[in-house]
Amino acid sequence: MAITALKRIIKNGFLNFKRSGLVSWAAVLVVTITLSVITLIILLQAVLYFSLNQIKDKVDVTIYFTTNAPEDKIMSLKSSLEKLPEIAQVSYTSSEEALKLFRERHKNDYPTIQALDEIGENPLGAYLNVKAKEVSQYGSIANFMKSDNVLAPSSVSIIDKVNYYQNKLVINRLNTIISGAQKLGFLLTLLLVIISIIITFNTIRLTIFISKEEIGVMRLVGASKMHVQGPFMIEGAIYGIIATIITALLFLPATAWLGREMTDFLGINMYDYYISNFLQIFVILLLSGIILGIISSFLAVRKYLNK
Amino acid sequence: MIYFNNVSKIYKDTVALEDITFAVETGEFVSIVGHSGAGKTTLTKMILAEEDPSNGTIFFESINVNKVRSKDLTQLRRRIGVVFQDYKLLSNKTAYENIAFAMEAVGKTEEEIASDVPHVLELVDLAHRFSHFPNQMSGGEQQRLAIARAIINQPELIIADEPTGNLDPVNTHEIVQILKKINDLGTTVILTTHNRGVIESVNKRVITMENGKIIRDTKHNK
Repeated sequence: MAITALKRIIKNGFLNFKRSGLVSWAAVLVVTITLSVITLIILLQAVLYFSLNQIKDKVDVTIYFTTNAPEDKIMSLKSSLEKLPEIAQVSYTSSEEALKLFRERHKNDYPTIQALDEIGENPLGAYLNVKAKEVSQYGSIANFMKSDNVLAPSSVSIIDKVNYYQNKLVINRLNTIISGAQKLGFLLTLLLVIISIIITFNTIRLTIFISKEEIGVMRLVGASKMHVQGPFMIEGAIYGIIATIITALLFLPATAWLGREMTDFLGINMYDYYISNFLQIFVILLLSGIILGIISSFLAVRKYLNK
Repeated sequence: MIYFNNVSKIYKDTVALEDITFAVETGEFVSIVGHSGAGKTTLTKMILAEEDPSNGTIFFESINVNKVRSKDLTQLRRRIGVVFQDYKLLSNKTAYENIAFAMEAVGKTEEEIASDVPHVLELVDLAHRFSHFPNQMSGGEQQRLAIARAIINQPELIIADEPTGNLDPVNTHEIVQILKKINDLGTTVILTTHNRGVIESVNKRVITMENGKIIRDTKHNK
C-alpha cells in the first residue's frame, strides 16, 4: 500500500515535470545558477586557502644554538619539541652544515669568505628550524622554549637566540590578515548562498503558484496532503538533479579555461583541482540541489494545502 | 443526511447566508435556485468544509462538518463527489488520469483503476477521449468528465454547483439526464442552478434562495 502510494507519487512527479515544459526548465535554470554560485565559492575557497597556506608556509622560527652546544642536548630539545601538538615539523642543521650553507650562500662575497678563513674555526652554531601547524601558535612555541624546564639539565643556556622575537610583529600581523581573510570569505559565502536560496525558493514558489487551483481541486477530490505534496517535492528533486548535472558539466570547460589561462595568477590549476575533487563537489551540489528543491516545493505547496 | 441548523455566514460587512435551516434526506435530489450572489455556492462550500459558518452548525450524517480535523476532512470529502461550473479538472492530466487520480487518492489498486476508469468513461460517453487533455475537449465533454470523476468512488452525495452554467441547451440536457440517472441509482444529489429550465426538467424538490435566505422550499409547500 505505502509502496504503491510512493510509486504513484514518483510517477506523478516525473509526469508533472515533463508536462510543465518551459516552466520546469525555467526552475532548472534558476537552480543551476544557484549551484554554479556554490561551485564558484568552492573554487574560490580553494584559491584563498592555497594562497594563505603558501604564506603560512613561509613563516617559521629558527632557534640558534651557541657554538659549544652539545649535539645530544640539541637532539633532546628537538625530540621534546616534536612532541608538542602545535608543531608541524622540526629540522636540524648541524654547525658544519650551517657553515657549508653559509659558504655556499656567500661564495661570490670574497671578503666574507676571507674573514671566515681568517677565524680558522667554525663560528656558526647549529640551529633548529621550527614550523608550526598554525601561524598563531608560534608565540606559545617560543614561550615553551623560554621556559626553564626544557633546558633544566644544563646550567648554562645552549640557546643563542630565537628569531621569533625579531619576527614577532610580522607574524602577528600576518596572522590577523589570514584570519580576517578567512572570516570575510566565510561571510561572503554565507551571503551569496542565502541570496541564491531565496531566489530559488521564490522561483519554485512561482511555478507552484500556477498550480494553486489544482492543489485545491486535488484536496476536494479527496487526496491526502502527502498525495498532493509528494509529486511537487519529487519535481523539486528533479530540478536539483538536472541542475547538478548541468552545473557539473558546465564547470568542466570553465575550469579547463581557467587552468590554461589563469594558473599563474591564481597559483593553482583550477582544472586539476576540479577534476581531483570532482566527486566531492558533485555530491555537495547534488545534495544542495535536491534539498533546496524538495524544501522549497514542500513550503510552497503547504501554503495552498490548508483546507 | 445533511442538516443545516441556523447557519449564517458573514464576510466583513456582507451577509452571504442568514439563518439557514434545512435537511436533505438520503437518496433525495435537491435543486437550489437563486440569482448569482444568493448564497448557493457558499452553502455548498460549507458542506465540504471549504468555508466555516459564522454561526450555526452543519452535520453530514453524525459528523459536525466544522469540527472535523484536517485528517478526517480527507475521509469526509471522499464520501462526497463535487462537480463545478468551471469543471476544475487537472489541466496537465489526461481524461483517464483525471479519473485515475481520484481513485489513487482513495488508495485503489492499479487493477481496480484499469478496470473502472474505462467503464465510467463509457458511462459519460467519453471512451474515445481517454487520452485527451481537458483543453482539447469541449465544455460539455469536460463537464461529463468532471461528473465521471465525481462518481468514480461511489460517493454517498454528489454536489453539482452550477454544472450547466457554461453549457449550451443540448449539453445542459445531457448533464441533467446523467445527474438524474446517478440519483436513480441511489446517490443523493444537490444541484445549484439559476436556470429555470434545468429545474423543470429535473422536477424534484426545489429550494429557492434570495439574498442569503431560503424564501421557498417545495418540500414544505407540497
